[in-house]
Amino acid sequence: MAEGVKPRVKVPKSASAGEAVTIKTLISHQMESGQRKDSDGNVIPRSIINRFTCDFNGQNVIDVVLAPAISTNPYFEFDATVPESGEFTFTWYDDDGSTYTDTQSIEVS
Amino acid sequence: MELTRRQTLIAGIGAAAAMVLPIRAFAQDAPMVGELAEFTGGAEPGTGDITLTAPEIAENGNTVPIEVSAPGAAEIRVYALGNPVPGVAAFTFGPLAASQAASTRIRLATTQEVLAVAKLQDGSFIADRKEVKVTIGGCGG
Amino acid sequence: MNKTKALATGGAILALLAVPAFAGPDEDSLVINGETEIVTEAPAPAHLEGVLDTIYSGWRFRSDDTQALEMDDFDNPAMLAVDAAAATFETVDGAAGKSCASCHEGGPESFAGLGAVMPKVRESDGKLVVMEDIINECRTERMQAEEWKWSSQTMQGMVALIRLQSRGMPVDVAIDGPAQSFWDQGKEMYYTRFGQLELSCANCHEDNWGNMIRADHLSQGQINGFPTYRFNTTGLVSVHNRFRGCIRDTMAETFAEGSDEFRALELYVASRGNGLSVESPAVRQ
Repeated sequence: MAEGVKPRVKVPKSASAGEAVTIKTLISHQMESGQRKDSDGNVIPRSIINRFTCDFNGQNVIDVVLAPAISTNPYFEFDATVPESGEFTFTWYDDDGSTYTDTQSIEVS
Repeated sequence: MELTRRQTLIAGIGAAAAMVLPIRAFAQDAPMVGELAEFTGGAEPGTGDITLTAPEIAENGNTVPIEVSAPGAAEIRVYALGNPVPGVAAFTFGPLAASQAASTRIRLATTQEVLAVAKLQDGSFIADRKEVKVTIGGCGG
Repeated sequence: MNKTKALATGGAILALLAVPAFAGPDEDSLVINGETEIVTEAPAPAHLEGVLDTIYSGWRFRSDDTQALEMDDFDNPAMLAVDAAAATFETVDGAAGKSCASCHEGGPESFAGLGAVMPKVRESDGKLVVMEDIINECRTERMQAEEWKWSSQTMQGMVALIRLQSRGMPVDVAIDGPAQSFWDQGKEMYYTRFGQLELSCANCHEDNWGNMIRADHLSQGQINGFPTYRFNTTGLVSVHNRFRGCIRDTMAETFAEGSDEFRALELYVASRGNGLSVESPAVRQ
């Protein structure tokens, strides 16, 4: 697992049924592009988060494929519909095979 | 002027290439042609309800905020035409997406065009593009 | 340095630097998280009389897109390092078996106000200390842990966490009494031309703020928002690292991060921002 990778997620605590809520996510990651060289002139191998998904109660909201052109500390903002109370699951997939997940519950009235 | 066999051959290759290239602007950018064709199957994206929001001038190419929005799209892909690898991101929207829109922050190697292409539910493609000027900093660059 | 020659050469370079179009600070106002009002424009402190009328945060010189990233803590990438520092605060390290929280039971919040008055002269030994000094002394003496590298993300995350507790408070560093001699030393440095380009801090940040230096909009060089997250390095930048970068860019042999020279310069530059809000951690290009 890449060192110091830590997700931050911002989801409203509550919403009314069927409401669109705005979600923001940020994860600490170098996103080494594979284009850079070290001081000896050797290419630094690519090491990025290559995929990010957000699901709510098992149903997909957004599925993103990331290329090295996504900035360090990948940030996404998008809107989700919440039909009922439940849990958002956020998953980031690292090139090195590790995954990072975060969950956030929301109360729907 | 009489064409030599070699000249004819070269002209023929050029014409064939021109037919294959979906958008003239990509002609100088071979990887881009391949990447876009992989998405659109060679179809040239039209215009429609798609908006790419990006700054006219970015203070630093390392972090350029962008937003894409294409109501009803199944998928939106973003390309940075002047980057060594043009593909930036592909957004696929699930049943619980409240809008077919997303914001992120991207790297731009230099001043260039950014292209957003959306695949609509009917399988057609639409695109929007923005030129982003990436400035060189002060003393340090 | 031959002063006459320095002035002449420096003048020629400045003529190249300065472009006719003056584009001053914009008119935007900064409110963070919709609740913390930040003073980004204030009457210059008395010691700047005849030099500057008004002082401005560097935030006012940035594009709307860059500015926006500082207006909400969630959008601010510096907060990743601040979050990490908050966890470190609670983590035991070193032979003494202590964490920061072992002594500072009130948590990071107990440092509210400190960021606004640093650097300062410590009464016990008369030393001019900056935030990094205090943190490393806690680590080596009380925790018996290894000191952190000055500009490491771990150190700057902790500096940012502590300064964040004073965000919105007016910068108010003392420049008289025991601080006077350090302040004088810092002021002397501020106006000293360094390097092959023979540029002082003042040449850019006092004489030419608001002008463009190549494609960059020159600010007054205020440090009220440090440590600052820079897109350029995609990490937190310390005050001393910024000083080092500026002096290096004049093509000079620079002072070291954590040197007494930079401590004095930090005090002087901080005092030029007396009256602005502490804005840490800021976001810049």
